[in-house]
Amino acid sequence: MKRYSAFAIAREALRHHAGWERAWASPEPRAQYDVVIVGAGGHGLATAYYLAKNHGITNVAVLEKGWLGGGNTGRNTTIIRSNYLQDESAAIFEKSRTLYETLSQELNYNIMFSPRGVMMLAQTEHELRAWKRTAHANRLASIQSRMVTPDEVRKIVKVINIDGPRYPVLGGLWQPRGGTARHDAVAWGYARAASDLGVHIIQNCAVTGVDRDATGVTGVQTGKGPIRCNRLCLVVAGSSGVLAEMAGFRLPVESLALQALVSEPIKPVLDCVVMANTVHGYISQSDKGELVIGGGADGFNNYTQRGSFQHVEETVRALVETFPLISRLKMLRQWGGIVDMTGDRSPIIGPAPVPGIFLNCGWGTGGFKAIPGSGWATAEMLADGAPRALAAPFSLERFAEGRMIDESVAAAVAH
Amino acid sequence: MSSRLPRGGRLIDRARPVAFSFNGTRLKGFAGDTLASALLGSGRSLVGRSFKYHRPRGVYASGAEEPNALVSLGTGDRMEPNQRATTTELFAGLEARSQNHWPSLETDLGAVSAGMAKFLPAGFYYKTFIQPRAAWKHLFEPVIRRSAGLGPAPAAGARDPDRYEHFHAFADVLVVGAGIAGLTAARRAGAAGARVLLLEQAPHAGGRALADGGRIDGADAHDWVAAQLAALAQMPNVTVRLRTQAAGVYDHGYVLAGERVADHTPGDGRPRHRLWRIRAGHIITATGAIERPLAFAGNDRPGVMLASAVRDYVTLYGVSPGDRTVLVTGNDDAYRTALALLDAGLTVPAVLDVRARAEGPLAQAVRARGVRVETGRGVALAWGGRRGVTSVGICAQAGEGAVLEEIGCDCVAVSGGWSPVVHLWSHCGGKLRWDEAAAMFVPDPARPPLNHDGRAMVTAAGAASGALRADAALADAAAAADRVAQALDLSPSEAPAPRAETVDEAAPEAVWMMPHGAPAALREKAFLDFQNDVKVSDVQLAAQEGFESVEHAKRYTTLGMATDQGKLSNINGLAVLSQSLGAPIPQVGTTTFRPPYTPLSFGAITGAARGELFKPVRKTAIDGWLAAQGAHWEPVGDWRRPYAIPRPGESVEDAVTREVLNTRRNVGLLDASTLGKILVKGPDAAKFLDLIYTNMMSTLKVGRCRYGLMCTENGFLFDDGVVARLSEDSFLCHTTSGGSDRVHAWMEEWLQTEWWDFRVYTANLTEQHAQIAVVGPKARQVLEALEGMDLGRETLPFMGFAEGTLAGIPARVHRISFSGELSFEVAVPAGRGQAFWDACLEAGAAHGIQPYGTEALHVMRAEKGFIMIGDETDGTVTPHDLNLGWAVSKKKQDFIGKRAMERTHLTDPDRKQLVGLATLDPAEVLPDGAHAVEGAPRPDGIAGMIGHVTSSYFSPTLDRSIAMALIRGGSRRMGQVLRFEVEPGRAIEATVVDPVFLDPEGERQNV
Repeated sequence: MKRYSAFAIAREALRHHAGWERAWASPEPRAQYDVVIVGAGGHGLATAYYLAKNHGITNVAVLEKGWLGGGNTGRNTTIIRSNYLQDESAAIFEKSRTLYETLSQELNYNIMFSPRGVMMLAQTEHELRAWKRTAHANRLASIQSRMVTPDEVRKIVKVINIDGPRYPVLGGLWQPRGGTARHDAVAWGYARAASDLGVHIIQNCAVTGVDRDATGVTGVQTGKGPIRCNRLCLVVAGSSGVLAEMAGFRLPVESLALQALVSEPIKPVLDCVVMANTVHGYISQSDKGELVIGGGADGFNNYTQRGSFQHVEETVRALVETFPLISRLKMLRQWGGIVDMTGDRSPIIGPAPVPGIFLNCGWGTGGFKAIPGSGWATAEMLADGAPRALAAPFSLERFAEGRMIDESVAAAVAH
Repeated sequence: MSSRLPRGGRLIDRARPVAFSFNGTRLKGFAGDTLASALLGSGRSLVGRSFKYHRPRGVYASGAEEPNALVSLGTGDRMEPNQRATTTELFAGLEARSQNHWPSLETDLGAVSAGMAKFLPAGFYYKTFIQPRAAWKHLFEPVIRRSAGLGPAPAAGARDPDRYEHFHAFADVLVVGAGIAGLTAARRAGAAGARVLLLEQAPHAGGRALADGGRIDGADAHDWVAAQLAALAQMPNVTVRLRTQAAGVYDHGYVLAGERVADHTPGDGRPRHRLWRIRAGHIITATGAIERPLAFAGNDRPGVMLASAVRDYVTLYGVSPGDRTVLVTGNDDAYRTALALLDAGLTVPAVLDVRARAEGPLAQAVRARGVRVETGRGVALAWGGRRGVTSVGICAQAGEGAVLEEIGCDCVAVSGGWSPVVHLWSHCGGKLRWDEAAAMFVPDPARPPLNHDGRAMVTAAGAASGALRADAALADAAAAADRVAQALDLSPSEAPAPRAETVDEAAPEAVWMMPHGAPAALREKAFLDFQNDVKVSDVQLAAQEGFESVEHAKRYTTLGMATDQGKLSNINGLAVLSQSLGAPIPQVGTTTFRPPYTPLSFGAITGAARGELFKPVRKTAIDGWLAAQGAHWEPVGDWRRPYAIPRPGESVEDAVTREVLNTRRNVGLLDASTLGKILVKGPDAAKFLDLIYTNMMSTLKVGRCRYGLMCTENGFLFDDGVVARLSEDSFLCHTTSGGSDRVHAWMEEWLQTEWWDFRVYTANLTEQHAQIAVVGPKARQVLEALEGMDLGRETLPFMGFAEGTLAGIPARVHRISFSGELSFEVAVPAGRGQAFWDACLEAGAAHGIQPYGTEALHVMRAEKGFIMIGDETDGTVTPHDLNLGWAVSKKKQDFIGKRAMERTHLTDPDRKQLVGLATLDPAEVLPDGAHAVEGAPRPDGIAGMIGHVTSSYFSPTLDRSIAMALIRGGSRRMGQVLRFEVEPGRAIEATVVDPVFLDPEGERQNV
């Protein structure tokens, strides 16, 4: 792999950039791999990268029905934070955030991690108490996160209207090292680095069936023919239920369309991420100048990745109240991503009911921020055949045991 | 240089000059101008700077597809960035400013990046700014953010002075676009009897026919258009709206449209924008087609314009885009532009036609006017400066760009063919087909967007379906309207379809790169996406680097991601990508078309729901009185409730203390009207509630109350309240204030989806009753003074209710208590709430009655050890965790959550359980949410947290701090001292005690 640098760009500029290589290879699939990962989104690609990098397992294929990074990795609002309430969540999300800090250097690909800070507003007494509880837990978990007063909110988020009228800002939970990253670049950076280590990324290769015998999984059927493997990892977010059905089991996962939109680009006006859970509005400004806005999930199960209007309407209303200066700006584009929601709004990382099949799904509305940590933990599990400490609490069995890791509870909303 | 022609201009009124300003300079246009035509008419060829390289740019198009001419409109609170000059109607006093430059449009230091362009190819930022790590946040990113961003941000304190509204509309047939196809479709659908809504984005109907001319049904096209509008105005079942853009098509025929009501008459009192929310039986998209640019080096210079736009400016606005216009084309249609220019007395030094032959009637007509027509030729390079193009170099289209001849010109009109506007067709799943002969994507009628019934819900008509020529468009639109009428069970119009007189056009030839063999040096200057500065070389680089999916190429290069969303660039970029990959265009496919078609203002989306109308505050019957007393409010759900009612000069904290003590010593009055009240009625009501609640409700006797718990399927407590059995088959279920809607929806979900055979109805009566709690040792004396009911201990025992009249007001009196005091909760009709409240105050004056707020309520319930949903519960807490196992029936066969409660983790004795906490220092109040820490930290550094404080107060009654907490294995820790680390290095110690701090025997309430 030729390394990227300012020097490399200067060198290539002199020959009309004719020397740049493919970012990732496009190989024909082999008949057999040690590990097959289904889904070339951020989580699948990160898993493949850390399998190769940390565990030396490189005979790995990542199968993707469409184009890599084209699912929720390329559709989310790019927020990265780790100020979660429950110990188990805090551990994996903070691992992830920490990996994000150095990911550009690790991958030699500028994923533009921008620790511009995440402000979670408290707009009711109830929310204020919930954030206080979270702040206490974060401090004890060594996560930089603290409560700030309305005045501090105003100093950090200069354009906010904290006086209401409906929901005055009573305080905020502030994580200064949270922020955003360029979502596509995360997928591309992992793909390039994994490919360089020998991982096969095979796009336009839909899995159509899962082969198993009495001992467990033996391979998959794909649009490009059968592929044998003894370890199969399903990392397909909204399509998890579909793949599980192919493999002969069911998952406690529902697929919903989560809504998002961007405004036209304007000069910088909002320097941090602001999350207003009470009114379901999440907003940041991209480096391109667009306001990136996340809303709620549609209230019914579906697989279309389309935008709908009812949530957009509510979200925009809430944000116009909170940031009155945006009233004359315009919605440029809206879309939906299919999120995989579990009963406790926490992910599933663990062995499936079929021996040899491993799961990474259920990230719901919070998957992007988890990509590096999730890939790290899933690679550990695939290498060992069993989860280590980071992933262990997130097993599928927890639903049968009632051992929920519920994050929605503190905020009264999902993530 | 562009200028106003001495005459002509179908849409302008030369008798009405309009003054406006651009970058502070006063200029003049005419009524009917767009800002773009007025700027061109004033000789302004340079109108903006591009996003990435800050290249000088001029007006390129004449409609919604404009990528370059974006301006900031207005000033102060009315400033609006990124407005397209081509769709902005001119009005007197309009103030426009160009964008994305410093210090000025003419001299922009940002243009230094254009000189660096070879170092800034597609995706360069992914390959650099990697080291050193800190530099990204502190150096590189801030510079990139400032140089991007296009239009200015509104001022931090800006408050939009305009208003907006929503309009709900229903139509059998929604026709989008009032060109000749849309007019035809609307008229025929209307004649068939359908309720028709016809929307047109422009301020006038007619579409391209106004500029292209020709004759329809024997009349001049523009006269025919006027006649159609007049006919439609006579049809009561047809509504026509101009200035209204259909923005998005959603499931089941739902369409959003934005009407720009008063953009051109600011401050006239009308709403600025109106958002139409339309449910349409069928949608006909007669949205026309957009001309495609040509990719040659220097094609972005001011003065290079779409051939159709040049025609529009000359014909519709009497504006000359240039004195000498070179026409570059691969089709016959663009020759109409040459004719229009000649008709206006302008010079056309040459027509460069990429095709080997140009023998169609239009080309012949141009030749006959003495214009030089060169075939097989293209442009190698356009030269010029900041102010625009000065000459073009002719080359062989099949060659590599050797310049055969330089032709001086100040305008280049280009036509790379046409692309039907397929956005609305595609929003909700309509598929496209590649028409190889015409080189365009057209809607595939075999794969339309489907409605709820599986039938097509969108039909494309006219140019939007690929029928580009007027005669074909009219026939297509008429047929489309007839098919739609039939599908709606209406009789199609029997009138013949209108007919246009047209001339033959020879086959077009698509050209994706000019010249075909352009070397890198030219490809690096040939722009595809003008606003985002994406060039042919960028798309080729993406392909070279493996970004082969059209979505990858788009995201890597930012092609089509600008404010025009690729209306001009997407097809050309896609074609370049397909050539780079050696794959046919349809195999590469298009990117996804997303709503809205053009940007919709957030104001329009918000509508009237702003300020006071944004989530209107729910108010109880007593709200006005409380407000007059100076209540300190807090939001609870959608309600506002008084946190406390301080007296003049009293602090909120002191008020809470006073309210608690007075209620405990004398009598307090609480407005409890926000409590949810859901009536559950029917023969199966008792059976239903036995399933909804964890405890047994079927055994509750008429006239009695019972405290009940509701759990989720996972066995976790989510709401609680008192249930009163009003009669054998009806129950009144009280819920938490914030939970009434949720509980009602929960009940309905179970009734409608699981137990649809139960004979039960539910009704949310929350707002029908005012509920007033009279609480304290003297409560009975107060109510007895009101007269009308015997509320004695024997007649109305604890957990009973009685109906009657108090102070002449019909009342239901519940003897329930959330404070531990003698307490009556009295429900009266909401309309009588204030009267009852006043009566209580008057009767209670002698007993020291005082109103109290929610905080006093919270303190008193905590003193008594009562849980509060949302404080002691968080969605992971079972009734057993809260020592409420007594309220979970062991006899019932089933209830929601029962199975879940049997799971191993929920029966684990080491779960977090509710305890009371007494701080060792009674004056110290534990902070809410503080965590108890025990043992060594975990291997990952997380401290050993064993539980947290759920409620914490200073109790005025007990004169010490009290708290409740959920602690791991709490019930086995009585007497233990726990450490709460409240700040780094500071801990508070507290003893685990019973959570009932006051009157554990219940003697105070049982009197």
